[in-house]
Amino acid sequence: MKASHIEVLRLEASRLPRRAGVGFKPEHFLAIDIEPQPVGFFEVHAENYMGAGGPPHAQLARLRADYALSIHGVGLSIGAMQPLDRTHLARLKALCERYQPESFSEHLAWSTHDTVFLNDLLPLPYTEETLAVVAAHVDEVQTALGREMLLENPATYLLFEESTIEETDFLADVARRTGCGLLLDVNNVFVAATNHHLDPWAYLARFPLDRVREIHLSGHSETVDDHGAPLLIDSHDTPVRDPVWSLYEEVIGRIGPVATLIEWDNDIPEWPVLRAEAEAANALLLDTVARQVA
Amino acid sequence: MAIITQASFATALRDETAPVPHGLAAWNGEPSPRRFAVYRNNVAASLRQALAERYPATERIVGAEFFAAMAGVYVAKHPPRSPVLLSYGTDFAEFLAGFEPVQELAYLPDVARLEAARGNAYHAADAAPLAAALLAEIDARYLEEAMLLPHPSLCVLRSPHPVVTIWEMNAGRADAQPIMEWRGEDVLVVRPRMTVEVHRLGAGGAAFFTTLVQGRPLGDAACAATAEADDFDLTAHLALMLASGAFTAIRL
Repeated sequence: MKASHIEVLRLEASRLPRRAGVGFKPEHFLAIDIEPQPVGFFEVHAENYMGAGGPPHAQLARLRADYALSIHGVGLSIGAMQPLDRTHLARLKALCERYQPESFSEHLAWSTHDTVFLNDLLPLPYTEETLAVVAAHVDEVQTALGREMLLENPATYLLFEESTIEETDFLADVARRTGCGLLLDVNNVFVAATNHHLDPWAYLARFPLDRVREIHLSGHSETVDDHGAPLLIDSHDTPVRDPVWSLYEEVIGRIGPVATLIEWDNDIPEWPVLRAEAEAANALLLDTVARQVA
Repeated sequence: MAIITQASFATALRDETAPVPHGLAAWNGEPSPRRFAVYRNNVAASLRQALAERYPATERIVGAEFFAAMAGVYVAKHPPRSPVLLSYGTDFAEFLAGFEPVQELAYLPDVARLEAARGNAYHAADAAPLAAALLAEIDARYLEEAMLLPHPSLCVLRSPHPVVTIWEMNAGRADAQPIMEWRGEDVLVVRPRMTVEVHRLGAGGAAFFTTLVQGRPLGDAACAATAEADDFDLTAHLALMLASGAFTAIRL
């Protein structure tokens, strides 16, 4: 235990500015590059920057020069019950060394089984066994990268009968065992709570908010399941919905300003629409600061 | 209580006819195929989408609906083996060549090869091309022995079909119109800086560039080109060799 404690102390901490950021989409590059933007940081999906060269790297290098950067992995499969892909971990390490991001984050989910990549963030049961595996994987990532990573809560559609641990407790335990930070996706909280007939406020009340280093906000779509019950899909294709803004205000009211990302990955709008979402989040962050001062 | 392995979850994800793993349920404890279908659809649709983004002209030729169905067959047979999807579907052309429903479109695999080459060039390593004015500075006596280092993004393709013409018409670069003369086209794909360029090659051009890419001297390349086409235009190809940015170093 002592040795791993020392290890944790040596990790580079996540240090995104406590402002709103935006998930970078290449189609916005020219609009972003033409003038300074009211954006604290940009976030990119790590796997989109694993080619050797070309426009993706040229754009990222340009953004990196002017803004803080968050690298967000979507393919490491931390929740897989098999060893991490060391080749992929080495790619992430190289990317972090090249761009020196203020933060690296990944998901409480799996996406690779055997050698097949399933390209989705798949759910896992929450048990003592899966907790041990996830904590070991997070530990391995942090040791390899030499930095604190943030682990994100998932949007889920189904529950595992075999689960014995609450998701909030599971995340708290991983954070406690590994020293990792958490990325609180408030849209995922609302989506999962609605899908599982749970109270999102109760979920937040149990969430280890003291570990939160970044928040994600995004839109979702609505459908129904086989029984006519509401089924929300984490589709990232709309503005942030009102109930998600409300939950967000509650969180920052409790923990103070924290780096907040606007994610919009499908049906991507023009840049000003995204910028306005970021400005709305910035306004709420400022309110929080003002209230703290008052 | 059922324990679901990730193996069984993954199998059920990839096979739409497979039952939903026992032990996965909605909030009320009831099984919910529609909820599981969200995951199934995310996996299949996102991979089909990755192929559509890489092969837009191929998609345009066969239509979005047909492409999605065809991509679905490819995805089922050749799932990605890496979380880096930038290079997923590199062998799509080979799949198309053997895919019975598109056998009548004999040119389709070559259009896909051209799109794959463009995608590879887009993500290839950066390198500064040779200066276009270089040729004038080299003593003509040494030119024959000169060897060139290809740009990392360089690719030479040969087709018995008018592949560039077809691609241009389906990539929004030329108006669609009947192709009066069905002639093979060879093509050089390169990204000298940030833009991927596609150059149609004249007679003997593919032999010329292929020989250079093999690391053989200019004299050999010119011979190979002339052997293939007596009307090979050396001057034009020397100019293209430098103007296209296809090479990054010269050894005299």
